[in-house]
Amino acid sequence: MFGDQGRVIWSITMRATMGRKRALLFAIPPVILLLVTVLIKLAHPQDPSWPSQVLGIFGFTVVLPLTALIIGTSVLGAEVDEGSIVHLLATPVPRSVVIWSKYLVAVVLTAAFVAVPELLAGLIATGGATKLAVGLFAGALAGSVIYNAIFVMVSVLTTRAIAVGLAYVLIWEGLLTNFVSGAKLLSVGHYSLGVASAIAHDGNALNAGLNLGTSVVMGAIVTAIALVIAVRALASFSLKGDAV
Amino acid sequence: MSTVELRNVSRWYGNVVAVNDITMTIGPGVTGLLGPNGAGKSTMLHMIAGFLAPSRGQLTVGGAPSWHNPGIYGTLGLVPERDSVHAFLTGAEFVTASARLHKLPDPGAAARRAIEIVEMTGAQDRKISTYSKGMRQRIRVAGSLVHDPEVLLLDEPFNGMDPRQRLHMMDLLHGLGEQGRTIVFSSHILEEVERLSGTIQVMVAGRLAASGDFRAIRRLMTSRPHVFLVRTSDDRALGATLIGRPAVTGVEVTGHGLSVRASDYGTFSREIAALTRDRGIRLRELLPEDESLESVFAYLIDADGPNAR
Repeated sequence: MFGDQGRVIWSITMRATMGRKRALLFAIPPVILLLVTVLIKLAHPQDPSWPSQVLGIFGFTVVLPLTALIIGTSVLGAEVDEGSIVHLLATPVPRSVVIWSKYLVAVVLTAAFVAVPELLAGLIATGGATKLAVGLFAGALAGSVIYNAIFVMVSVLTTRAIAVGLAYVLIWEGLLTNFVSGAKLLSVGHYSLGVASAIAHDGNALNAGLNLGTSVVMGAIVTAIALVIAVRALASFSLKGDAV
Repeated sequence: MSTVELRNVSRWYGNVVAVNDITMTIGPGVTGLLGPNGAGKSTMLHMIAGFLAPSRGQLTVGGAPSWHNPGIYGTLGLVPERDSVHAFLTGAEFVTASARLHKLPDPGAAARRAIEIVEMTGAQDRKISTYSKGMRQRIRVAGSLVHDPEVLLLDEPFNGMDPRQRLHMMDLLHGLGEQGRTIVFSSHILEEVERLSGTIQVMVAGRLAASGDFRAIRRLMTSRPHVFLVRTSDDRALGATLIGRPAVTGVEVTGHGLSVRASDYGTFSREIAALTRDRGIRLRELLPEDESLESVFAYLIDADGPNAR
């Protein structure tokens, strides 16, 4: 699944992504999440309802998509912007290997910067090992997998990946899918909540609009389609010619 | 197997034509693609390299189309114009990564060999961020050479190089060309290709305007008609003299000096000093009125002759 070409791309992408100043941005949302958790925990030590609100709603509709956006658009997009992608594409490496390797870097980093903090925050909030913490972790993991496929795709399709991604997160994920009930079926945020909620077994506290089966199946379909589009777009990657 | 063939290749963006119906065969040896900025050189190289689809026409490298054909990179190398490599890598890491992406059987050895060719062995363990412009250019060439390609394309490889680095790069390209490889590079500065022993293809406004060796191209450029602005202590006296010279085809007295149309840039610039001195006229100013590179190149495609304003 991961040949030597993939390993080269993986390791260089990892170093490039974590070496940029942008990497500091990755840490900001999870730090805020943990800080908020600790502060609320100190203020309301006994209230059982807030962890699912803060970690579920705030975590899944703000922290997760924004972190995935920054990471997912930079694993490939930064190289496209800089032009160094040409050195990679002027080799016989199958384009699917390029996308797959970079996508995996994005998933692993997003999981590290969101799913792990969600788990930690869940443990802090509920005061011990609970199903809620594990559910949040699993939901964030699912979100990392699906969101990054979308953002990697966007970064191949447009040079304004961050702007397009931000508009998608704010308008689609943030607004429409919460007000238009049918839109839930096409919402990565709701897939993540669906997974989290099913594992956490806490009824409607996480406000999940989808069940586990729908979330997993739809998430897999969206991921697969996004990655296929990304590979196809990368195969047609064009350099601009002379300034005309 | 190392021939680049273009047959009626055009490329346009919207309704702007960047490359206009070019037919050309490039074989082993060094070929320079010369032309002003915006002439279509990069568009040509990107199409040959498989990073741009021709809008019309056939383009093959070693008999195979390069667009949508990553397999072509087994025999083709590209050094893009943009000087962007991951600066956190060392030179050796960069070239070895390239060798591994090419699935070479012994990436380490291939990288060492390529680094040796560009004479970067001494600096290979330093980070690319510490390299000079010329060194970065050389390590990028090494990265594109690591798989021993038959065709090597370089987009403006001399950009920003000092004369010594330029000389070194040209020697390197000649060495590669003599090994039977097809080397194509682009440049917008005539002097850069001065030492090129191979063919120069001149591109202007998307078309092939001229081809030949450096001397032939330079002759074309310096013997072109040209307009000079001359200011002297006695414009009319000089004008009367100039009009009698074969190299001068027209003289006009203007409010701010003489506008002299010369049929031969080289001869006129050699004669003018002697003529004024012999007649005791003081030469105050001699300005080529139309010295932009574009106008120099434009002359080459203007089959009817002078194109000077």
